Amino acid sequence: MYDFAYQKPTSLADAVKALSGDEDAKALAGGQTFIPVLKQRLAKPSTVVDLSGLGLAGITVSGTTVTIGAMTRHCDVAASADVKAKLPVLAGLAAHIGDEAVRHRGTIGGSLANNDPTADYPAAVLALGATIKTDRRSISADDYFQGMFTTALEQGEIITSVKFPIPAKAGYEKFPNPASRYAMVGVFVAQTAGGVRVAVTGAGQGGVFRHADMEKALAASFTPGALDGVSTPADDMNNDIHGSAEYRAHLVGVVAKRAVAKAA
Amino acid sequence: MAYEGIGAAVRRKEDVRFLSGRGNYTDDINRPGQLHAVLKRSDRPHATINAIDTTAAAAAPGVIAVFVGADMAADNVGGLPCGWQIHNKDGSPMAEPPHPVLAIGKVRHVGDPVAVVIAETKQQAKDAAELIEIDYTDLPAAATMPQALAAGAPAVHDDVPSNLCYDWHIGEKAVIDGIFASAHKIVKLDLTNNRLVPNAMEPRAALGDFDTSSGDYTLYTTSQNPHVIRLLMGAFVLHIPENKLRVVAPDVGGGFGSKIYHYAEEAIVTWASAKVRKPVKWTAERNESFMSDAHGRDHISTAEMALDAQGNFLGLKIHTLANMGAYLSTFAPCIPTYLYATLLAGVYKTPAIYCEVKAVFTNTVPVDAYRGAGRPEASFLLERLVDVIAHDTGIDRVALRRLNFIPSDAFPYQTPVALQYDSGDYVATLEACLKAADYDGFEARRAEAKARGKLRGIGVSTYLEACGIAPSAVVGSLGARAGLYEVANVKVHPTGSVTVYTGTHSHGQGHETTLAQLVCDQLGVPMDQVEIVHGDTAKIPFGMGTYGSRSLAVGGSAMVKAMDKIIAKGKKIAAHLMEAAVEDIEFADNTFKVAGTDKTKTLTDISLAAYVPHNYPIEELEPGLDETAFYDPKNFTFPGGCHVAEIEIDPDTGVTTVVNFCAVDDVGRVINPMIVEGQIQGGVAQGIGQALLESAVYDDNGQLLSGSYMDYTMPRADNLPSFTVGTEITLCTHNPLGVKGCGEVGAIGSPPAVINAVVDALKDYGVRHLDMPATPQKLWSIMRAGKAA
Repeated sequence: MYDFAYQKPTSLADAVKALSGDEDAKALAGGQTFIPVLKQRLAKPSTVVDLSGLGLAGITVSGTTVTIGAMTRHCDVAASADVKAKLPVLAGLAAHIGDEAVRHRGTIGGSLANNDPTADYPAAVLALGATIKTDRRSISADDYFQGMFTTALEQGEIITSVKFPIPAKAGYEKFPNPASRYAMVGVFVAQTAGGVRVAVTGAGQGGVFRHADMEKALAASFTPGALDGVSTPADDMNNDIHGSAEYRAHLVGVVAKRAVAKAA
Repeated sequence: MAYEGIGAAVRRKEDVRFLSGRGNYTDDINRPGQLHAVLKRSDRPHATINAIDTTAAAAAPGVIAVFVGADMAADNVGGLPCGWQIHNKDGSPMAEPPHPVLAIGKVRHVGDPVAVVIAETKQQAKDAAELIEIDYTDLPAAATMPQALAAGAPAVHDDVPSNLCYDWHIGEKAVIDGIFASAHKIVKLDLTNNRLVPNAMEPRAALGDFDTSSGDYTLYTTSQNPHVIRLLMGAFVLHIPENKLRVVAPDVGGGFGSKIYHYAEEAIVTWASAKVRKPVKWTAERNESFMSDAHGRDHISTAEMALDAQGNFLGLKIHTLANMGAYLSTFAPCIPTYLYATLLAGVYKTPAIYCEVKAVFTNTVPVDAYRGAGRPEASFLLERLVDVIAHDTGIDRVALRRLNFIPSDAFPYQTPVALQYDSGDYVATLEACLKAADYDGFEARRAEAKARGKLRGIGVSTYLEACGIAPSAVVGSLGARAGLYEVANVKVHPTGSVTVYTGTHSHGQGHETTLAQLVCDQLGVPMDQVEIVHGDTAKIPFGMGTYGSRSLAVGGSAMVKAMDKIIAKGKKIAAHLMEAAVEDIEFADNTFKVAGTDKTKTLTDISLAAYVPHNYPIEELEPGLDETAFYDPKNFTFPGGCHVAEIEIDPDTGVTTVVNFCAVDDVGRVINPMIVEGQIQGGVAQGIGQALLESAVYDDNGQLLSGSYMDYTMPRADNLPSFTVGTEITLCTHNPLGVKGCGEVGAIGSPPAVINAVVDALKDYGVRHLDMPATPQKLWSIMRAGKAA
């Protein structure tokens, strides 16, 4: 990696300041994408601002929501008795991100700020209609994701927590890329207070997206069979050596049915 | 004390150090004042180098030197040599274009090294390498073999305009044409053998250390055969006499063939160390491994079998294109010829075989031996062809195999493609494996799977390989530029402990255990008093190293020969000490005994007498108990066996799951059954990897699309079932241990078993054949097309 300056602020205000004044400064959360990027010399930050001293980790549960601090590691979400009780689908999702080592470093805030189009968490956030809390505002999931590796975050804006409303029922299923094990297609289905929401990660060129036709079909009947005949256009799907756009479009249907079947 | 000799499942002595992070690998070695080398590699598949500007790099912080190909040429550094010469059909030698250590004039594949930066730290060297400016003119690339052979294709080497390295054949074409003209039926199959990246766990590394006082060079390197590297690099590349060049291959973390070859980086660090008068280290990063370790396989073939009405094989005709990549790696030319075409009889009594092989230069990483080396390609072709014959004729695939097997009473068996098999019992391994796999009960499991919505298939392969390479005179007559004997030096120390210096090399195989067991067995010395030393040309007589499952068959035989000399000399000493005739001395269980008496001397008594020769037959016998033997095998060995794979396909996604895998192999005498099982499991894992997951994919422009683990699918534990592994042995008849070899059988026998199972599962979709890897996307596409049809 290239040389860079390193800061580990102890207050949110200091962290925001360090990241706001210098557009080449980058935030370090769990580093499970960022550090490999640095090692491959694909990024040359002036300063790396380590967010681990801000006290942003932790899980709190209310009657209707589960709130997860931005620096909470995947392994902690997966192991949390509260999450398992109130939002088991999210614990299951976290338990299958990357591998054991990744889950012990990677964080929910890092994943959402990066918005890798093959990451798992964006599907949960979008399908559950979660709220992203930052140092300065709250952003709804529908406003937050703006294309692959692109979000509503401003320069220097730091995610502090994510608030998930507890759904009536939800399920997540993914088809991993055979090589990388990232989601080649991941589908999160949820019956929420605002209706059925379906989010698809991994498959689309623009990153995570909602599947309106599936939401309509599942609103009528929240069963796998309701998705028979609901097609997914291949036009906007990714296409690579592991899966053509047509194959991915097909998998969206298969994986969505499995997610519905698993939903609890 | 528990029995530790031949046949004992002794735990591996070396594993404590490996598993606790105390191995001593090349990158663990650091020399005082050591500098770091980083290579500037081509990002172009094919381009002319107009100019290289190293000014900024040379001026960068910490940089000691920057060298390019011209610097090495000016210093009379030679190109990387090829160790095997193949001749064309017309008798002319193969095309053997130069392979400069650093590119001169042109780059020929992505990853081709162009310059080296030597700096105080690796980071400084990397920073400086980015400052090297190379002015290229891009050339069209010949990325695939069809592209390279097309009319008007770009020439990878200007002096080889056809891109053909050689056009070789074996067998009599006229004979095979006659058989085909009158055959009842001919079954034809087109198939490819997918290109693989070897992916040893330890990336390659090299540390050159020039001693400014003595003028001696030491190279520490990740090699399977340090003497071969010393010979090739010393004699052909750097012109350093052997007495001034030491090559050390310490602990090596996996090779699979990819660490046989003499690589550019070894010559660069050794040469550069003398130029900068400091030790110079290079360690590959994983992305460099993908673009600089020799790849494996990559054949395109057409196979045709002539049959009579009963299904007897009458004649086999093969046409194969074999990818050489951009340059000839050390042993590349022999892989698709003498390690491939000579195996095309397999376990079958096919009376006539003709095979022609065209080796092709392309703008890709060089291709050479990879676990199995030619034999997996032969086995996949044959075992797929046999299943396709069964498909086309309606004959049961197991019955077809039985009908054509070489019978167990036909050994020694001379094949039509040069080899003479010494022993085997193909019915025995077949029947044991079918039983272990409950082959007869399969249809019930297929029906049960169907009820769950899954497509279940079962596949059989009955394979054979040749290993224990090889009689030196034979391989010499076939073009090898090296001998292929092995050497062992056995030292019995004064107090009876033993050190063995073996010319073989262990890079994961467990030789420190297996070879020590031979000493336990032959000399009766306990394991903890036996040390096996390998991998250092300063300690070991000239040995040929480890590849082709040869260590036990050839290296173990050399050890037995050396230990026989120890025992013979010990008998003379014992006879003197016990005042008996030498003919009356017996040796067993560490003890010399006068036959028919209770007079005995232990090996320690004898070794002590040998090194403290106060009472010793000094007039007739030299002191010491230290013997060396070279063993040149009389023949190859021929392991074989049967693998049965059972798989399920999810028709919704195309995902294949291997639900059961049974292997029954004839590896000859088993020294350590636990190590044999481990070798077979590892080989099968790689074979399943090739069959279902792995593929090195180049785009039409010559860029490697699967250049990292993000896109190259390595087999992982959850891709593999629990294996059922067994052996049914016949002994090798021509080496003293009766051993055949087990390192490669898993990777040779398993790919066709898996693909035969996949094809079987898809039989309702009209599938006759599919090429590896059977990825989910490929199977989904096949099923979708099959449904439509």
